[in-house]
Amino acid sequence: MSDLPRPFDLLPFLLQGLHITVIIALGGSAVAVFMSVLFGLWSKSSDPILRWFSAAYITVFRGASALILLYWFYFVMPELTGFGLDAITTGIFVLGANVGAYGAEVVRTSIQSVPKGQYQAAAALNLSRWQTMRHVIFPQAILSMIPPFGNLMIELLKGTALVSTITVTDLTMQGMYLRADTHRSLEIFGLLLVIYFLLSSLITFGFRVLERRLSHGRDYGGGR
Amino acid sequence: MWNWEFAWQVMPKILEGLVVTLEAVAGGMAIALILGLLWAMLRRTKVKFVSWPTWAFVEFIRSTPLLVQLFFVYYVMTDVVGRGLSPLLTGILVLGLHYSCYTAEVYRAGLDAVAKGQWNAAKALNLNGYQTYRYVILPQAVPPILPNLGNYLIAMLKEAPLLSVITVLEVLRAAQVFGNEHYRYLEPLTIVGVLFILLSLLAGLSVEWLRKRTAAMTS
Repeated sequence: MSDLPRPFDLLPFLLQGLHITVIIALGGSAVAVFMSVLFGLWSKSSDPILRWFSAAYITVFRGASALILLYWFYFVMPELTGFGLDAITTGIFVLGANVGAYGAEVVRTSIQSVPKGQYQAAAALNLSRWQTMRHVIFPQAILSMIPPFGNLMIELLKGTALVSTITVTDLTMQGMYLRADTHRSLEIFGLLLVIYFLLSSLITFGFRVLERRLSHGRDYGGGR
Repeated sequence: MWNWEFAWQVMPKILEGLVVTLEAVAGGMAIALILGLLWAMLRRTKVKFVSWPTWAFVEFIRSTPLLVQLFFVYYVMTDVVGRGLSPLLTGILVLGLHYSCYTAEVYRAGLDAVAKGQWNAAKALNLNGYQTYRYVILPQAVPPILPNLGNYLIAMLKEAPLLSVITVLEVLRAAQVFGNEHYRYLEPLTIVGVLFILLSLLAGLSVEWLRKRTAAMTS
């Protein structure tokens, strides 16, 4: 046993992929939030073209599985258009758009849950459509978006492992390299699972803090 | 550009792969439905020694990537145990285990929704634990959660192409292998993508139908 690496000797090499995983998770969540808000609002728009566009986006990016989308954009785009994005950028956009399609539904239902009287109050104050959204509806809707978005960010983090299949050397890929060299599967994939679990816990914790911050000093008229 | 002749050539391979995908999902779902119920019931026991580890396990599995779990089981079996399971069997087991941790939460919500008096009533009738679940609790808890279970079935279907990475010849890998042979991915990968969109639309409609049915049944 003495010539075999101990689990923690494997750790530094594994962690070389950590920053790529973090970059994709952060970049992907920025894309996801942008897409969620944009398409969530568009799905409530009075313009039928925007509504249709939003429905199409949600259908495609939710319906086709994340891995298929990733392959499609990575392998087919260059074939079709003659130019392709590098693997990391593809990962950020595809995973972000995939999670964003779920997020758009979250934004839509959260906005729907704001009582109708709030719109009427805004209309009575002669606020424009944009002002109503910006100052009245969104600040109230955002609190109910926080817990589902926390779950979606964990889905996104788990999704980042998929980029290893399109040649990105993230945490998972680094594990695959290490496994090919050492065959210490139990330690390598065990450590990987623990690392991903710690990252997920960080997200859970972050969203709890965010929720507490945002709900601070709010009055719900009992109930909560 | 799009070549219909090439598209027709790949169709049989993709349909063969689709059958494997559906087999994996069917197997995985059977495991997820049963194990999930087990986790939910274990979590409710008063024995902390049982309920706490169950909770920790479910949270852990839910928080880590399915892909890494697949690699874990697949490679630990070949490298450590020395006897690899077949890729498809590995895939079914891991899919089932992964989603059992999601269905556990669904069952838990369903069990929590059963009125407390029902448990007391079962106790008053001197039913044992098994009888309480079998005749009193589950018949009330399960129907309203069927649509939510359906949603996880769809989620599992969408993650099943992941089995391709441990060489299961399911729909995505079938398309990819064909693409590799002909240096052309447009048709194979697009067909698989469209197929999945159609499948999840269909599955979504079925869950919606189920939601209406169960709502009508319970009201």
